[in-house]
Amino acid sequence: MLGNFSRVLSSMFVVFALICGSSVASASDMELLGAGATFPQPLYSKMFDAYNQQYKVKINYQGIGSGGGINQLIKKTVDFGGTDAFMTSKEVQSAGAPVLHIPTCLGAVVVTYNLPGNPKLNFTPDAVAGIFLGTITRWNDPKIASANPGVKLPDMPVSAVHRADGSGTTYIFSEYLTKVSKEWKEKIGAGKSLNWPAGQIGQKGNPGVAGYVKQTPGAVGYVELLYAIQNKMPYGSVRNKAGKFIEPTLKSVSAAANVKIPDDTNVSLTDTEAATGYPISGFTWLIFYKEQKYGGKAKDRAEALAKLLVWIVGDGQRYVEPLQYAPLSKEAAAKANKLVRSMTYDGVPLVK
Amino acid sequence: MSGTVSNTFQDDMDTQGKSIPGSTDRSEKRFRFILALCGSLIVLLLLAILVTLLVTALPSIKEFGLFFFIGKVWDATTETFGALPFLVGTLFTSFLALLISIPFSLAISIFLGEYFKEGAISGFLRSAVEILAGIPSVIYGLWGLFLLMPAVRFIEMKIGVAPHGVGILTSSLILSIMIIPFSASLGREVITLVPGDLKEAAYSLGATRFEVIKNIVIPYARSGLTAGILLALGRAIGETMAVTMLIGNSNFLPTGIFSPANTMASVIANEFAEATGVTAASLIYIALVLFFVTMIVNIAGTYVIHKLSIESSKEVS
Amino acid sequence: MTGNHVKRRLAEDIFFKGMVCLFAFISLLPLFLILYYITKNGIAVIDWDFLTSLPRPIGEAGGGVFNAIVGTLMLIILSGVISIPCGIAAGIYLSENKAGKLASGIRLSVVVLQGTPSIVIGIIAYIWIVAPLKTFSALSGGIALSIMMLPVIVKTTEETLKLIPYHLKEASLALGVPYYRTILKVILPSGISGILTGILLSVARITGETAPLLFTAFGNQFMNINIFKPIDSLPYRIFYYAMSPYPEWHSFAWGASFILVVLTLVLNLIARGISVKWKTRF
Repeated sequence: MLGNFSRVLSSMFVVFALICGSSVASASDMELLGAGATFPQPLYSKMFDAYNQQYKVKINYQGIGSGGGINQLIKKTVDFGGTDAFMTSKEVQSAGAPVLHIPTCLGAVVVTYNLPGNPKLNFTPDAVAGIFLGTITRWNDPKIASANPGVKLPDMPVSAVHRADGSGTTYIFSEYLTKVSKEWKEKIGAGKSLNWPAGQIGQKGNPGVAGYVKQTPGAVGYVELLYAIQNKMPYGSVRNKAGKFIEPTLKSVSAAANVKIPDDTNVSLTDTEAATGYPISGFTWLIFYKEQKYGGKAKDRAEALAKLLVWIVGDGQRYVEPLQYAPLSKEAAAKANKLVRSMTYDGVPLVK
Repeated sequence: MSGTVSNTFQDDMDTQGKSIPGSTDRSEKRFRFILALCGSLIVLLLLAILVTLLVTALPSIKEFGLFFFIGKVWDATTETFGALPFLVGTLFTSFLALLISIPFSLAISIFLGEYFKEGAISGFLRSAVEILAGIPSVIYGLWGLFLLMPAVRFIEMKIGVAPHGVGILTSSLILSIMIIPFSASLGREVITLVPGDLKEAAYSLGATRFEVIKNIVIPYARSGLTAGILLALGRAIGETMAVTMLIGNSNFLPTGIFSPANTMASVIANEFAEATGVTAASLIYIALVLFFVTMIVNIAGTYVIHKLSIESSKEVS
Repeated sequence: MTGNHVKRRLAEDIFFKGMVCLFAFISLLPLFLILYYITKNGIAVIDWDFLTSLPRPIGEAGGGVFNAIVGTLMLIILSGVISIPCGIAAGIYLSENKAGKLASGIRLSVVVLQGTPSIVIGIIAYIWIVAPLKTFSALSGGIALSIMMLPVIVKTTEETLKLIPYHLKEASLALGVPYYRTILKVILPSGISGILTGILLSVARITGETAPLLFTAFGNQFMNINIFKPIDSLPYRIFYYAMSPYPEWHSFAWGASFILVVLTLVLNLIARGISVKWKTRF
């Protein structure tokens, strides 16, 4: 009606409609969206790649930190979240409906650093706390040196780096320090985001911390074990409750995980009693709503999620060990499986 | 759908010769209405942004009010939120960046507007500045991570401060590179506009080129140069990605130019995805403040330019 | 005495000119360094595989940025479709109504919108689109970017059309051509080069934007062409890869940067070409 102009306009709408149309056409292949913890992200990206090849279901997982994963689940913008910290009662409350946590694997939070020659170091709990409290400012501090006879520590400033985003890795790490250091408990405490001492660097995600430490001489940070291994970064052994310096490995994490697991799988593994257990380890969980019929979610989507979760705690566990995470024990896997089976859609169980 | 569209178009072509006055009138009205509608849409968009920010920030505004601007503690665990560290971080990085960039942008303006108005060198410099303006922020950040950060760390080691490599200085340096094109291109324009007769009068009195630039060109172009600086400042204040990658993300008042900090934009980028309740509202409160600050700076800059163009058109007539 | 004085002034003059040249060229140094780094590190990783394959799981070698390239193109189309018609129409309105309350309101809004930080627009798109639709999506990213394109298009359209001589319009109207037809068939075509330039410049502006996409388009390691699902984009990939500890991903970040810079440069070049070649002279 308005000549050229309306023709241009309407052809743009045609383009728009075409895009929408193609979208609808492609919507038939299932895609699930998850977000959260970066701690297990290397494992998830491997698992979801394998899962896509086998079942042709795309699972898009973005590592935005455990805090982000929990929040986006509460806002219902994702199908599932990933977190290494159990949701707090306040978070569960704001979710408004029961949320299930299923453990997917175990990992260690390691203290990784960048020093000339990259020596293997031992850390006492006090030394770890001191470094991140900002009371240990140089690498040749007696608190570090006393646990490392025979290692020549450089007279370099310590540049401690923590997570800038709300992080389950931070939670595991700070929960451990709260148990072993009175000063830490009083000044900082445990949580996903903390009130860190002034003057410290913050970085986003496990990759961000690892990337910064790797690039910065004198830097020290805490990341999941695999990030240190993949990047050939040194990481310290930490003295456990039994008084032994334990190197974080698949085995020492499994040793720490040898505990009774409650039905909701909410368990802390830090500062383990086990003599061969690494003291800073923990479960990582996937979180999702128990009742999947919400916000207009289609049933096939909920079914796809249930199927994926069953696979993760079952068949998918074969991808865990090659990536240096510790797999779920039989007991944990059974409990996780039971939790997945309690998922419902409109009151009807999704897994038969 | 496309069929009907081409049909109406066809009809339209047919009526062209006949020209039915009533229908033309109606379509003219309709046409003007569509134009006005699209225009008002922009005003509405802006108002909607403002209202959205205000409403979603309300829980935080209610709780902290103006104390938000003087509170030094940003702590999600106790839900105490004060934005002073980010205000200071933003102003510190932006003004430092401005300070670093002014000699360079001024030099480019004078070079292009006065010494070499035309020719190969000036064409080259001009396109170089344009390219600089077109490089995405995230690439500046990437480059800063792998070149600027080690360089700053080297300096920090030499003078014996904590060798973070990231922090206020690193961010300001990258910002200064990013804002040079903004003030330089406007600066060149206003310097070119300085009337030739003024300069010639000074030359005829025996002034050197330097004296002409110092006493005639710069004073004459002063307001335009100010506008350029204001626009560059607006850009620096709102810049997000490059700063987020290089500032060190520390929620404390910066203690010096080597200290890690956070700007208003970078704290939003870092924490918005995980923020709930009052934390989210407080981040949006920061966004609201950021919005107002950049708005004022930009309106001021545009006002100066506007006044300038009116003045220069007066002088011509 | 006077000789010395003159000498000093001349020396000052030469010194100043030297300083101006020096500073002007020092400011080019970062540009060359950036372009050098992007080219050197970028070309090294770009091959057919990099351009046409999808990202691999973390820590595994190989992979590419095909999904990010497709995502960026989709975002450009989406934001263009949304902002171009409205932007041009608003631009015409401004050029036709030089005074008036609405016009000055629009002009002010354009100035403010143009200066609004991209992260704020990202938050807005999250609140408006992501939260109600309950999913991150390409659409929300496209809308965020279209808000950034809009002021550029309005402004360039207005400025272009303002330059078109009034007698052109008068002649057309005098021939009995209806008003809307005059605008669409006479005024717009004469200004088409300027408007196209504006569109291309605005596209160049948003192609590299990352901040508005953090909470909207979100990222996706798979290929996706559904606008209601999260989507990858080149700038987001660069950010993600740059912050990682993996050297291979760092080189991927440079590769993606190279593609992005070439894309924006080509857009700028075409824009300039159009404005020179198609320019209607009056």
